[in-house]
Amino acid sequence: MTEPLLSIRGLTKAYPGVVANDDVSFDIQPGEVHALLGENGAGKSTLVKMIYGLVKPDSGEMLLRGKAFAPSEPKAARASGVAMVFQHFSLFDALSVAENIALGMADPPAMRDLAERIRAVSDQYGLPLDPWRIVGDLSAGERQRVEIIRCLLQDPKLLIMDEPTSVLTPQEVQILFETLRKLKSEGTSILYISHKLEEIRALCDEATILRLGKKVATCTPRDTTAREMAELMVGAELHVPSREQKEPGAVRLALKDLAVKSPSEFGTSLKGITLEVRAGEVLGLAGVAGNGQDELLGALSGEIRSANDMVSLDGKAIGATGPRERRRMGLLTAPEERLGHAAAPDMSLTENAALTGAERKGIVSGGFLNWGRARGFAKEIIDRFDVRTPGTENTARSLSGGNLQKFVIGREVMQAPEVVVVNQPTWGVDASAAAVIRQALLDLATGGAAVIVISQDLDELMEISDRFGALNEGRLSEVRPAQGLTVDEIGMMMGGSHDMEVADV
Amino acid sequence: MDLSAINPVLLIASLMVAATAVMIAAIGELIVERAGVLNLGVEGMMITGAICGFAAAVQTGSPTIGFVAAALGGAALSLLFAFLTQFALANQVASGLALTLFGLGLSALLGQGYQGIKPPSTPRIDIPVLSDLPWVGRILFGHDLMVYFGLALVAAVWAFLKYTRAGLVLRAVGENHDAAHALGYKVIRIRVMAIAFGGACAGLGGAYISLIRVPQWTEGMTAGIGWIALALVVFASWKPWRVLLGAYLFGGVTVLQLNLQAAGIAIPVEYLSMSPYIITIVVLVIMSADKSRAPASLGRIFHATH
Repeated sequence: MTEPLLSIRGLTKAYPGVVANDDVSFDIQPGEVHALLGENGAGKSTLVKMIYGLVKPDSGEMLLRGKAFAPSEPKAARASGVAMVFQHFSLFDALSVAENIALGMADPPAMRDLAERIRAVSDQYGLPLDPWRIVGDLSAGERQRVEIIRCLLQDPKLLIMDEPTSVLTPQEVQILFETLRKLKSEGTSILYISHKLEEIRALCDEATILRLGKKVATCTPRDTTAREMAELMVGAELHVPSREQKEPGAVRLALKDLAVKSPSEFGTSLKGITLEVRAGEVLGLAGVAGNGQDELLGALSGEIRSANDMVSLDGKAIGATGPRERRRMGLLTAPEERLGHAAAPDMSLTENAALTGAERKGIVSGGFLNWGRARGFAKEIIDRFDVRTPGTENTARSLSGGNLQKFVIGREVMQAPEVVVVNQPTWGVDASAAAVIRQALLDLATGGAAVIVISQDLDELMEISDRFGALNEGRLSEVRPAQGLTVDEIGMMMGGSHDMEVADV
Repeated sequence: MDLSAINPVLLIASLMVAATAVMIAAIGELIVERAGVLNLGVEGMMITGAICGFAAAVQTGSPTIGFVAAALGGAALSLLFAFLTQFALANQVASGLALTLFGLGLSALLGQGYQGIKPPSTPRIDIPVLSDLPWVGRILFGHDLMVYFGLALVAAVWAFLKYTRAGLVLRAVGENHDAAHALGYKVIRIRVMAIAFGGACAGLGGAYISLIRVPQWTEGMTAGIGWIALALVVFASWKPWRVLLGAYLFGGVTVLQLNLQAAGIAIPVEYLSMSPYIITIVVLVIMSADKSRAPASLGRIFHATH
């Protein structure tokens, strides 16, 4: 057996109140694609941050090609041949592609030479990119290419990728995988973090599974089913959302040729969206971020007004009514951005519960707030959706992303909506909590509500939707029954491959 | 009214002098804001620089030492702001306002006993032949060194931001401090250095008023120039050459309206006095209608979470 590229031995890191990594050991071989799996809070991010020199381990050691490896900062890790593509792109919007890449290099060449090298590498790996474009104008897929090329220019021995596919269309994912396979064939090792088990089965050679900071299993993804891996991650049997099939009822929400201008400068305006959702039906809307999802949610919640007859609820035109009136009528929404849009970060959970629940939960009477009821409502949400927090008086900001997501979705679900619209309902939420949220949405539909789920997670949409459509540059594709759609068809609906080409291996 | 009494050559020459203080202070604040920090204490740092420079120049008899002392004084005061905002994570707006109030009080205290004194005069450069050229000689070659220093500073800041790696890192820190941190750049250290540079520039600008422009010491003599410098940075869309343009426009209208007052034009003095502020802001607002925008991390507190 050859010497491993990177050995991790007994790494431990504790934060106040939580052990993020507890005695984690595994090896990465040269030219291996190694998956790191685990739920939120399992300690994957902490682990890779230690490898990348952002966090110092409390104990344990790492060996890079047999030599002790303890990077004190990312610069040192990069110098040793470790590169990382971040989950949330660590890019600078106002700077050009070349400037962004120069920032990630220890000793960048002059801008003009760098631009030449960027072109060369991007052609070689099938990731076309213009070095002079401003990053703020790029699509999510193109931004990721910037990060990847930034890493590739340093000729890394180990490439760490944290949730790289969460923002890509299926075609873009295929192209990314081709690039990664080409890298692997050149002997580069890849440490690949993802929630998406099918992707890991398609790409990875080995998998290490973490749960609550401990390594609980290793497996060979090709020989393991996605369900088995999920259960190893969760440590329990996984509940798959289900419901009884029912004939859809009357049309509850209808959009007729909805066209509104985006309020933000870089936003996408909606163009002629027509759709209907019936009682008891779940409509899934896919699309890469920034194709009008936020605007559609705004137009439905009442934050963006349209001509009155463009939106109707149970046959009544409401396009020009405001959010409070719509909420009173039973049209509830949960936007994507948790901190600052769905929840006020520095207010307590009680206050946040009152913010959208005031009308339907009788929290306001005669202009006065009934804090007792608000607290009771917050408590109900916390209990039913298993929100992990010490109490109702903690601020929204103090919750982890997944827990806050459970709270904001739960808050709308428990107001017994007639129509509910959610954007990215399970983003950043772990598998078991995601199952709870999806089940709650399905239960609403069974109870006669109409549900619209906007999401970038195709597996999620295929799991719960009855009908399926995609947003692309503010337009809605044809809406088709979800049953029997193929990945290729979905990709075409989402707007094709965004000028990507497959790497010429 | 006698408009012919206004000599255009003298007008241009004196607008360069009138603009220098606000220009130097603004270019310093531009660096601070490009690094993502909003320091509203420019006025306080200017007045502190004004008295530090004045006192040092009077004590030593050397205007050069005065300017060095002014830069050090302004930088020292700005480090207080840096400590509050970068280490104690205090709110930048509140800290900046407090810094201005503190600077005004501190300068009044330091300035006890300096009222009514004349500082040593700063020589103008005098290049034989060149300075005697008609028109251009007086405009281009007849100023004190600080006027040229200010122009050179604008050019240097522009080149620093555009062409150097350090400038790129500084812009990156101002644009997205979390990402810069993730790449391993020392956000706090870079910001502290930027704040100190801004403080030194503000100090120099203040000393230019007390040592050359006026030249004497009176309490509160910066009279809002620091606030104009702050406004210039914003309306100049954080671009160095536009700061120069805005400062010259401000200086030009200031000088012009004084001349108009002297010429006895039939416009009430109050309108003439407010004209530099209004015209400068109107012009820069129109110019800032392009796509440029503030550094994305401007005014946000950075706290390393890992």
